[in-house]
Amino acid sequence: MSAMLLNKEKWPDFVGRLTGKKLWAPQAGGDGMRFAPVAEGEVPALDYGNTRVPPKQAVFPQTETLFRFQVDGEKVEEPKLEEEAVLLGVRPCDARAMVIVDKLFSWDEDDPYYLKRRELVTLVGLACTEPGLNCFCTSVGGGPASTEGLDLVMIDLGENYLLEAITEKGQALLAETEDLLEEAKDDVAEQKEKIINESEQKIKRSVNTEDIPGGLPGLWEDPLWQRVSASCLGCGTCTFLCPTCHCFDIQDETEGFDSRRCRSWDSCMFAEYTLHTSGHNPRPSRRERTRNRINHKYNYYVDKFDVIACVGCGRCINLCPVNIDIVDILKQVEEAL
Amino acid sequence: MKTNENPYIPYNATVEDTWFETGGERAIKTFKVVFDDEEVRKNWSHRPGQCAMIGVLGIGESMISISCSPTEGDFLRFSVMRMGKVTQALHQLETGDKMTVRGPYGNSFPLEEWEGKQILTIGGGIGQAPMRPIVEYVKANYDNYAGLTMIYGARTSGDLCFKNEFEDMAKDKELSCHLTIDIEEEQWDHNVGFVPQVLLDLNPSPENTIAITCGPPIMIRFVLENLKKLGFEDDQIYTTLENRMKCGIGKCGRCNAGGMYVCKDGPVFDYATLKAIPEAFA
Repeated sequence: MSAMLLNKEKWPDFVGRLTGKKLWAPQAGGDGMRFAPVAEGEVPALDYGNTRVPPKQAVFPQTETLFRFQVDGEKVEEPKLEEEAVLLGVRPCDARAMVIVDKLFSWDEDDPYYLKRRELVTLVGLACTEPGLNCFCTSVGGGPASTEGLDLVMIDLGENYLLEAITEKGQALLAETEDLLEEAKDDVAEQKEKIINESEQKIKRSVNTEDIPGGLPGLWEDPLWQRVSASCLGCGTCTFLCPTCHCFDIQDETEGFDSRRCRSWDSCMFAEYTLHTSGHNPRPSRRERTRNRINHKYNYYVDKFDVIACVGCGRCINLCPVNIDIVDILKQVEEAL
Repeated sequence: MKTNENPYIPYNATVEDTWFETGGERAIKTFKVVFDDEEVRKNWSHRPGQCAMIGVLGIGESMISISCSPTEGDFLRFSVMRMGKVTQALHQLETGDKMTVRGPYGNSFPLEEWEGKQILTIGGGIGQAPMRPIVEYVKANYDNYAGLTMIYGARTSGDLCFKNEFEDMAKDKELSCHLTIDIEEEQWDHNVGFVPQVLLDLNPSPENTIAITCGPPIMIRFVLENLKKLGFEDDQIYTTLENRMKCGIGKCGRCNAGGMYVCKDGPVFDYATLKAIPEAFA
């Protein structure tokens, strides 16, 4: 049982079966769609583009407690991470991003918080049939129906979702909901291929990234960095909303006698990120910070982990307040080579 | 706390002794600390050149060079300049007070590889902190090395660290010790002049020698220049880098110089490697 059909009318029943686990799904609210825990009895709709905020927050919270302690105390208390979670409607790019970030968090020394959350999470994906304006996943090793990192993938066939288990966790989910599902007929493979092909055709942005990792070191002093960073405000939106950005700050917080050490998303686009206490800053301007951001994703990460740390989700392009466009930067890199 | 699997949880340690190396606004204070847990004490091992995250719960942590050699005993030493929030809190610690320690982090000086060679350390100001463990390590293993030369300087005699050790060093016949200050002072009977010039005047032979330097960036720049003038090859020269750090284990992202994480791939680099790192001297 690996390919099954779920009639969309049974979607609420399917969601209803996923009890006992924390359920996350895209939800409207605040300033746009984001992954958020689903309230009991609620049925999330999946008719949306991608979320504004990536689902990374489910495994790498924006702020998380590393441990709690009492002021003047010596004992520290670690948070217990044991709640299983299911993420519904994860886009292929965002699932790939988790696989990419896994490499960093398990490199040499394990990051217990991130890896524990990853272990507890099941990713139910939704293949993209309507890619966004700035999607370019096919330029960086992904695709609208990539299953990398997913446990189960859903493909919208109109009346039905086609459900394919990718991992054992996905198989288990199918087994739990077996009575809601129908065996897929033989013609479904053809139908699926057609949908995926059409979806790939709808991706309008692309850049040839093949020579970029090898070429970036030679462009260290190239004038392009000044050009592409000139309008940058240093707001950090590109990194906060990036599904592969993993940098964090660690701070202590005290309220009364209760204290915690926590970590929070940080951004290499902030001056304070690298500022030494002496006042010296090894990356003193946005030129150096932008150069670092691109090099980190397209050069250093490739060197260390053999994969580009960008999944082409397009969020940094969509939401940059001054229209800085990573595809455009990459094209300029390509041209300068 | 026992040795723990969570690398973010620090060990508790107690300040066994502490003293000021220098005074003034940016005073440097040395802490000799011992882990509270016997098992941690037993399992801990570090090598010259490595660092540790030390801190005060409720305030935060800073990455500080371990300024003692493991050959000195079951304790750690840190020499901390008062600069920001964490180092200010550390400076308030007295004998008997608690601090937290996690690590050790980073690579180290390849002292086994250097056996049979002349060792030349060139330090300036607080930059002597990572030089001191090399000096102490070689002192404890003189038979394995061809010799030990130490050049150390600061702006004034009051700015020199580890002054309480100079007298014994002067008596050590195997150690060639060269202290210097920038401007002449009364009752100062060592060198006067910048560290790079003292190095040039000393004119050490590059043959079978390893030179290690740490200090203010401007000093390092001229020391490197002068070492080249003296005929040292790139792979005979070592230095240490520092950058802002939070995690110490290559996750938080910020300490990279080019593709190298200073916390994991460094802090020790030979000059040949360093020259290939684009941001190494940024």
